[in-house]
Amino acid sequence: MSKSLDDLERGEITRRAALQLGAAAGAAGMLLSGKAEAQQYPEPPDPPPQPTPCPTRPANSPPTRPFVQQLPMPLPPIPRAFLSPTPAVGPNLNAGEAPRAAHQRWNEFLPRVLYDVRARPAMHRFHPDLPETYIWGFDGRVPGPTFLSWYDFPALVRIHNDLPVDHVGFGINEITVHLHNGHTASESDGFASDFYGPGLWKDFHYPNVLAGYDQYPPKGDPREAMHTLWYHDHRHSFTSPNSYRGLAGMYLLFDDKDTGNEYDPRPSALRLPGGYGLFDIPLILADKLFCADGQLFSNNPGGVPLGDKFTVNGAIQPYFRVFRRKYRFRLLNTGPTRTYSVALSNGAPLKVIATDGNLLQSAIDTPSIQINVAERFDFVIDFSTVPTGTKLYLTNNQAQFVGNAPEPQPIPGLPIENILMRFDVVGNPPLPDNSRVPSVLCEYPPVNLAEVARTRTWDFDLVSGQFLINNQVFDPDTSLADIRTGTTEKWILRNKLPLAGWVHPVHIHFEEFRVLSRNGAPPVPLESGRKDVIRLNGNDEIELFMRFRDFRGKYMIHCHNMNHEDNFMLVRWTIGDSFPA
Amino acid sequence: MKRRALLTGEPAPRPSASLGPDYYTNAVLRTHEGREVRFYDDLMKDKIVAINFIYTWCENTCPLSTANMARVQKALGARVGRDVHMYSFTLKPWQDDVAALKEYAKPYGAGPGWEFLTGDNYDLETIRFRLFRWDHPALDFNLEQHVGMVRIINDRLDRWSMCPTLATTRQVVDAISWVEPTKPLAVRKRENVATQARIDAETRHLHAIVARN
Repeated sequence: MSKSLDDLERGEITRRAALQLGAAAGAAGMLLSGKAEAQQYPEPPDPPPQPTPCPTRPANSPPTRPFVQQLPMPLPPIPRAFLSPTPAVGPNLNAGEAPRAAHQRWNEFLPRVLYDVRARPAMHRFHPDLPETYIWGFDGRVPGPTFLSWYDFPALVRIHNDLPVDHVGFGINEITVHLHNGHTASESDGFASDFYGPGLWKDFHYPNVLAGYDQYPPKGDPREAMHTLWYHDHRHSFTSPNSYRGLAGMYLLFDDKDTGNEYDPRPSALRLPGGYGLFDIPLILADKLFCADGQLFSNNPGGVPLGDKFTVNGAIQPYFRVFRRKYRFRLLNTGPTRTYSVALSNGAPLKVIATDGNLLQSAIDTPSIQINVAERFDFVIDFSTVPTGTKLYLTNNQAQFVGNAPEPQPIPGLPIENILMRFDVVGNPPLPDNSRVPSVLCEYPPVNLAEVARTRTWDFDLVSGQFLINNQVFDPDTSLADIRTGTTEKWILRNKLPLAGWVHPVHIHFEEFRVLSRNGAPPVPLESGRKDVIRLNGNDEIELFMRFRDFRGKYMIHCHNMNHEDNFMLVRWTIGDSFPA
Repeated sequence: MKRRALLTGEPAPRPSASLGPDYYTNAVLRTHEGREVRFYDDLMKDKIVAINFIYTWCENTCPLSTANMARVQKALGARVGRDVHMYSFTLKPWQDDVAALKEYAKPYGAGPGWEFLTGDNYDLETIRFRLFRWDHPALDFNLEQHVGMVRIINDRLDRWSMCPTLATTRQVVDAISWVEPTKPLAVRKRENVATQARIDAETRHLHAIVARN
């Protein structure tokens, strides 16, 4: 691979990096001839025809038998030896890249892993009793591929928009993908108005770097490690239908503590239950509604309604065979609006080890987990405490207030209601359980109130049918907070409405926060960890401690109830070097 | 290849994906000029529409909303009445008859292509539920909760968008553009060059360290 001076001036990767990539590409190129590459990375099939909407909104989905499907395991995407055109610091508009700012700190975090992903329509079967139905998925899959990433191994994901150019109906054929809640530069963070249409693509640069990179050389603050993230479309005003249609998946990050290997000999390794798909299991929740003919309800107008079918990893009420040993489950609520309250049918506590993807300092045993849209909870279940042949059910016990439309009820006569999935304990594991949950999982950076440079208040309100944050609706060109890079702030979130119905799971992009207080009292244990989504009930006032380090640009704070979000309930804030401290 | 053509070529003319009069109704309404119209056949069919709700006695949000819609009409220029049709429905038809709406529209300079509409209360409420349903009684049955939003629909594509009437004029115009058919790739790539220039200008202002790259 020869790089000309022109290429360097255009801002393409440095010569050194080109040589590094070139070496790998050269070797891979020898191994993969054109034909072999076509087999390794086949062209996606022609897209299925777009569906016609259901004639009416169903009161209930058709009946489906529970527990007739195994829990699917979303596969990781295949890394690429090279991408064509070569990823560069600036966007390649000629080749079809969408406009974006140059990748910040590109030379410091040159990608070491490359991916090529296509957001495209496909057919997906949520249940054997239902026909295949039209969805949108990353690489045509629901959920999308699970990225397995490591700190200090920056990744670059090229995401193509292969949605139909002649799209009609529900959602929109434009995307902007947000890695929730990566420590990512603004141009790769999926800002809501940075969407692009069919035929275009964009390189998303994920440095996989610890927050505090500038403060704590050489690698950042290891106490800021995150492990369970997810990614989804964030297209302004169409996030709810686009995500509901399937544009969401998980993204895992491993480091030298949470290594993914329960046999890891390093003293730093926690040896939590490991092995993605074996004993480290994603549980990606999404509620869906189906029409009488079995197709996924995806009619306009307005927001996406609550679904009466609970899917886990894209399957309705699946079962999962487990051995009598410990498992780590990564629970994610992809919404778009439902809150779940998850518990085990035998009343055994769930051992929570991480909140919003961040390890807790010590595990917390809890009888149930309330999980709002976009939250993640990692918990461990030890199935060795129950005999072989036991069936345990993961239940949802959260009533969702919906107002005048009746809550879709499962068909009466179904033997089990409000069950998410079933665990079948099939026997002893073939190898002894080498995993453990140490009493101390990690240490947190101190919450040092003396660092706080400024306090800001964010009021969440509803006036004349319009959701507002600080009396504003989303405007990509209006920044409601200009924050100097490297500072620390206290943010106060207030829900101005007393009505019990208007709960807002508030999400702040970029760094994780610590909850200082909720309504004047210290946070409960499950809210004491590092988090990035916090439930704001009616009349609530929550104080948060936040830092803004390492990257610059525009980010967002918003309600993650995607129907609210699409009603402009989000606002921009900005990090910059020249803002007043 | 069919897939490539779908991505990059001109879309072949498609049959309409409209939800049709069964959904929108053909309720008979009256414009502020006294014209009698059927909702779907005359106002919606094959059109791009921007619909909001007001009432003439409203003192808080409606004047601001209507003033904003007047600016939107100005910004869209000759497109209003041709490509885009603006409709403001009354929430209180028992107060707002044709004469009242005509009086109300005058100071805002509502030009052709922007019509204010009244009619039977049941019909208007049905239409309101079809276009603006919240699934929440505190909102659906409270007329005051409907003055802040513009519903934008491309009938042929069945693509729906919304925008707060309190948003900037530019944002309302943008939201209307979202329901338009996807432009050919070549056109979008040309537009991207201008967008890139705007991004570069803003980024230069923010990032002290772009030079480090």
